[in-house]
Parts: sequence; C-alpha cells; structure tokens
Amino acid sequence: MDTLLAVRARGITKCFGDVVALDGVDLDVTQGQIHGLVGPNGAGKTTLLGLLLGLAVADGGGLEILGTPVGRALAAPDGVAGFVDGPGLYPSLTARQNLAALAALRGQDARTAGIDDVLAQVGLTDVADDRARGFSLGMRQRLGLAAALLTRPRLLVLDEPSNGLDPAGKKHVHGVLTRLADEGTAVVLSSHRMDDLEALCSEVTILATGRIAFSGPLGKLAAENRELDYRLLTSDTHAARELALGTDGVRVVDDAGLRNDADVLVVRALVPALDELVVGLVRAGIALRELAPVVSPLEAAFLALTQQQEAGR
Amino acid sequence: MTAANVVADNVVPTRRVPVSRGYRFELVKLVSQWRIRLLVLACWIAPALFVAAVSRQSTLPVDTLFGRWMHATAWAGPLVMLGFAGTWALPLLTSVVAGDVFASEDRLGTWRHLLVAVRSPGRIFAAKALASLTVLLLLVTGMACSSAVGGVLAVGNQPLVGLDGHLLTPSDAAGQVFLAWACALAPTLALAGIGLLGSIALGRSPMGLLLPALVALAMQLAQMMPLPVAVRLALPGYAFISWNGLFTGPRQLAPLLIGIAVSLVWAVTATVLAYLLFLRRDFTNLTDDGSARRALLAGALPLAGLLAATVAVVAVTTPATGSGIEQDKVQRSVATAFAHLYRMQTDQLNRPAVTENQLKATAACTKGSVADGAEGAGNDWRCVVSWHLPGVATTGQAIYQLDVTPDGRYVADGDGPKEVNGYFLVRTPVGDAPNPLWQFDGNVELLATSPKG
Ligand SMILES: Nc1ncnc2c1ncn2[C@@H]1O[C@H](COP(=O)(O)OP(=O)(O)OP(=O)(O)O)[C@@H](O)[C@H]1O
Ligand SMILES: [Mg+2]
Repeated sequence: MDTLLAVRARGITKCFGDVVALDGVDLDVTQGQIHGLVGPNGAGKTTLLGLLLGLAVADGGGLEILGTPVGRALAAPDGVAGFVDGPGLYPSLTARQNLAALAALRGQDARTAGIDDVLAQVGLTDVADDRARGFSLGMRQRLGLAAALLTRPRLLVLDEPSNGLDPAGKKHVHGVLTRLADEGTAVVLSSHRMDDLEALCSEVTILATGRIAFSGPLGKLAAENRELDYRLLTSDTHAARELALGTDGVRVVDDAGLRNDADVLVVRALVPALDELVVGLVRAGIALRELAPVVSPLEAAFLALTQQQEAGR
Repeated sequence: MTAANVVADNVVPTRRVPVSRGYRFELVKLVSQWRIRLLVLACWIAPALFVAAVSRQSTLPVDTLFGRWMHATAWAGPLVMLGFAGTWALPLLTSVVAGDVFASEDRLGTWRHLLVAVRSPGRIFAAKALASLTVLLLLVTGMACSSAVGGVLAVGNQPLVGLDGHLLTPSDAAGQVFLAWACALAPTLALAGIGLLGSIALGRSPMGLLLPALVALAMQLAQMMPLPVAVRLALPGYAFISWNGLFTGPRQLAPLLIGIAVSLVWAVTATVLAYLLFLRRDFTNLTDDGSARRALLAGALPLAGLLAATVAVVAVTTPATGSGIEQDKVQRSVATAFAHLYRMQTDQLNRPAVTENQLKATAACTKGSVADGAEGAGNDWRCVVSWHLPGVATTGQAIYQLDVTPDGRYVADGDGPKEVNGYFLVRTPVGDAPNPLWQFDGNVELLATSPKG
C-alpha cells in the first residue's frame, strides 16, 4: 500500500519565527494521481510544496517521499521535480540552454535528454533559442514545467503552474499533466483557480492557516450536504421570486452583491429544495432559462471551510 | 536512496553527479555575463597598454614602487601593475566575481531551481567556489602576463634594479616578477573567501558585494598606520606588500612567507565559515536580503577571533617588536642600496669599477633631533652616507632625506653634493642620463633583528 504513495506526510509542522506556517499537516498522494492544493493567501501551500521539493526541512512530523523517509538534511529527494513561487530560470541563457544546463546538472547527456520533446510538449518550440530574459510570465511557467518534465519525475510539484497562462497554454499544461498522471507520475499542484483544479484533480486538500480543512476526493466535497447559492434566469423574475419565497428550504439572497441584474434571482438551498422550486416554477408556467451555482462546489466548500477556520481561531 | 532508483524504467537513474558538472555550469553562467567578459578582456589587454604607454612617457609614476625604472626594463611595469592591483584592482575584481557568485542566484531567484537540480548544497557551494576561483585566476594571470608582454614590447628585456639597488639579470627579474604575482594570489584568495562569506551572509544587499573591497581598503588604511609589526604581519593584506622582499638580496622571505600563510589561513577560514552558513540557509525564502545579526555572528566575530589569534601567534613566534623600523636597520639598508647604486653610477660615468667591499659604505641616520636609537616611520629621517674609493684618501659623503612609511618602505632623496646625488641627471660621455643616486626606493626589513653593539 505504502509503495503506491508518492507522498506520505504525517503531522508536518513548520514555523518561521513566530509564524506557524504549517501546523500538523497530513497529506497522502497516490502515484498516478493529480492532487490539488488550495487555500487562502498565506495558508502554507508554498511552504508545504517546498518541503516536498526538499527546499526546507520540517520542524516536526514525518515525511516520506516515493517511499523514502526524508531526513533532517537539506537535500532534494530523488525522482522529484517542480518549482515553487515561479520557476527559476537564467535570463542570460536561452530556453534550450536553460534545459541543457539542467540536464547536465542532473547527470544526463544534453543531446539525449529529450529537450526538444519537452519544449514541444509545453508549446515552446518556436522560442527555444530565445533568451529567457524576454519571456512573459506564461512562457516562464511553461519553461519551468518543461524543466520539471526533463528529469522525468515520479513526483511533480508545481506551485500555481497555471498562473499567467493563456487558454492555449493552459490546455497544453493540462494535457501534459493528465498524460503524466496516466503514466503513473504523482502530481501535486497548488492553484487559486478552482475551475482548473476541478478539471484536473482527483483529490484536493484545502489548507487554511497551516491546517488541513479538508482532504479527499472532489466528489466527497460536493456530497458534503451544504447549501449553495444558485442563479436563476426565468421568464418572469417577479413571479419566480414570489414562488421562491413560498418554497420551504429556499431562501432568496437579495444582497448577493453579484450583479444588479434585475432579471436574475439568486436563491440559497439544498438540492432537494431546489428541485421543488424548479418543479413549482414550471407548474406555474414560468420558463426556466438558466440555472447554475453561483460558485462551484469546490469554491463554495473552500469559502465555507476557510471562513469556518477563521471564525474558529 | 539507491534502492528507490531502480523502480520504474522511465525514470532517469539519479546517481551522484560529479561536482565538475556543476562547476562547468557555474562557469557558463559567469562567462555569459557581460560584466565578466569585459573584465577578462580588460585584464588581458589593459595592463599591456598601460605599461607600454607609461614606459614611453617622459614622466614616470615614481611614487609607485619600481615606477622609476619603467624606462629601463620591461620588468618594472608588471611590478607597478602589481602594486596597483594589490591596492585597487584585485579587491574590486574579487568583489565582482567572488562577491557575486552567490548573490546572483538571489537576484535571479534561482536558488530553488538550482537546489532541486543539483540536490546538494555542498556540491553547489564547491562548484561556485571553484568557478569563481577559476575566473579570478584567469584575471590575475591576465594582468601579470599582459603587463609583462607590454613591458617587453615597449622597453625590452633588460636587467632590473632591485629594491636594495642590486641588479637582477633579466631572467632572474622575470622569475621574481611572476613569483611576486603568484604571492599576491594568497591575499587575493583571502579576499575571495571574504567575498564568498559576504555574499552568503548578506545576500542581495550591496554590502555583500562590496565587502572584499571594503575589507581591502580597511587593511590598506591599517597598513598606513603606525601599528606594531606583529599586527601588521597578521593582517591578511600584508602579502600585497611583502612581495617587495623578493627584490632585495638576500631576499626577505620571512615576512613574505608569514604574510602568505596568514592570507591562506584567512582564505580557508572565511570559506569554511561561508560553507557552514550556506548549509544552514533557508531556501524557502526566495529573496534573501541577509541579516546583519547573522553576518555579525557567523562572519565578523569568528574572523575577529582569527585576527586576534594570528596576532598572538606572530607576536610569540617572531622577533617582531615595536614598529620594526630602527635606526641601525635603516642605516644598513640605506648604505647597502647606496653602494649598489654607486657602482651603477660609476659604470655610467665610465669610471674604474669598484666593488661594494671596496666602497665600505656606511650611513649615519637621525630622525628629527634623535641621533641615537631613533625609530619609527616619518619623513624626518636624515642620513649621511660615507664611502671610500680605492686610492683616495678622503672619505666621500652624501646626504639623503628619507621618507619612511610605516610598512618599512622609504624613498631616499639625495641632498647633495650635486655631483653625487644632488641632481637628477648625470653627465655621461654619451649625454645626460638619469642619476641612480638622486632618488631611490628602499625598504627596511621589519622582522630582522638588529645586531646590537
Ligand atoms: N521564508 C519565510 N520566512 C518567514 N515567513 C514565511 C516564510 N515563508 C512563508 N512564511 C510565512 O508562512 C505562511 C505561509 O506562507 P506560504 O508562502 O506557504 O503561503 P501560500 O499558501 O503559498 O500563500 P499564497 O497563496 O499567497 O502563495 C505565511 O504566513 C508566510 O508569511
Ligand atoms: Mg504561495
């Protein structure tokens, strides 16, 4: 069982002076899985990913990476690649030279390391011989990913990899990550983009002020019966509103503050109550044109859990 | 760790990558910087141009040691260059090279990348230290070779007048010149070690970059002060001065070797401190701006301890006392130099040759109003030199005003009579020539014990 775990963290604690960045964090990442890490700014995501990369040593707790316990000594574990807080690139070298240097440092032969292949995978073939100095944020992110791919890691650690990516770039990156996971590589990535995580991840961990607020499959998050805000567009907003007010378990959210669009009705309800409202609307001859959650289930869970944590402090 | 490597076959087998890979990468990074390229170019070209240009000028840099001989031989130029390098060029070069190898990663934010790639801070350190050392060696070699080539092309491979007036054959002079440059490597290494330490302790802050230059400046100021000899020799910059001892006969090796040893101890200590500090670094912090407290505790304090220890060791193991500049040492030095240079003048004037033994030159020096037991640096030394010529009954006498600096060097300025040392030219059968006795540089060996009585 343990051999399938790319990451096994138990009670990880990390402090910076008075700041407790991580406070008893447990994390399991299975091989071949894309694991998402979310949390508000300062939650400790980067710190946790840095520990996985061997950039820092935890103050307490146990960490096993790819089956090997991480010692006290500062050293990046074998088979791990990735970056935190943006990729490190040498601006005076070209994209290709950056990768060749990395391959050499890793003991690979630059000619056989597959530099062209990884450049193609992230869609940087056209600028392969340009200096990294002029690269945009998205290009840097892609080159960072290419650098990580070059070492053919079994655990890939990425801190906000889709930051600054255009839709095409995002598609590239998502494709690469999914393929890697299919090949058995474990991927841990943090992001502030819930839609990305929902599209990519099988499991997520929500961190809030250094503690785990939730960890598990995405489906489990949605199943945690929680009232959500839904946005309704109907043929008769006024009548719909009256109907919603009269339905049990449905509350009309006036101060949603989302849009001053008078045609839109925002209600908060559990799924069964919402079903009842929809049936009622149709029966009353009001056409339902649009029905969607205002925020995604992950985002809602994220907001709810992190607020809970804030309140609990 | 090795067991985990043999798992999947799509995984690159991660063996320990030799330091040479990292070393090569560090070199590539250094050399890809324009600043470094320009420096290398400058160090290989500028000294030759400088020496060639100055050697052809009518006015020579006489206030720099050996500057007054630049017309006469190719080998004075590299020594003038070395004097200049020890004061300015080498500290600044070490600042730019050694002070920057670590700080540049801070600037670029590439520490984490490098650490993930190399996976061993120890090897990163070794690669960086070796790479900066290589570049420094390249620069120093460039200055030495370039200035020598410039001299040979502009003036020619002639004998060199040593610091005590004796003549070194061209090949001897060449050997000593390159040896002197090699000796200057030791204090350069000490500065480089300090540069590494500053670069790690202070991170991106400009203080880190400037540290070697500041330390070198402080050392120079210290050398200008009337310090006890033991302290002077224990300062890591002393070897920038003590190479002078290679150009006397016999060579003054004791201060030179002590200076080199002290420099090397400093180099090793500073590098080890830098290494320890580096291993304790926190790489999660992307921008390391250094901390004054850490720099003080881990850098300045141990080095201050080292200074105290070397002062103590030098004081106990050598006969160094006081300023080291004592009346009879000054007298011997002036008399020796005078005798050597007098032979040169005799030769210029086509007079019958004399030997130092026949001349039996002596000097009687006073400092200000102190006639007996005078000591210390100052420009109020005055010496009366006496000598004998075979078959001449009267004793020749000439007067010199001496400006002795605290590091034991002096400039002797001839004060008459005119036909011996009072005028800067001598009338030779083939026209006027510079008078070697008019003004000369010399030095007092600070460590030598004076045979009393
Ligand atoms: N090197 C450091 N020195 C001091 N404090 C630090 C350091 N690194 C992180 N912290 C603190 O640890 C906490 C967690 O920081 P971390 O960077 O892990 O957050 P994050 O979840 O990545 O935030 P963001 O979403 O903004 O990237 C913060 O309170 C931060 O101030
Ligand atoms: Mg972060």
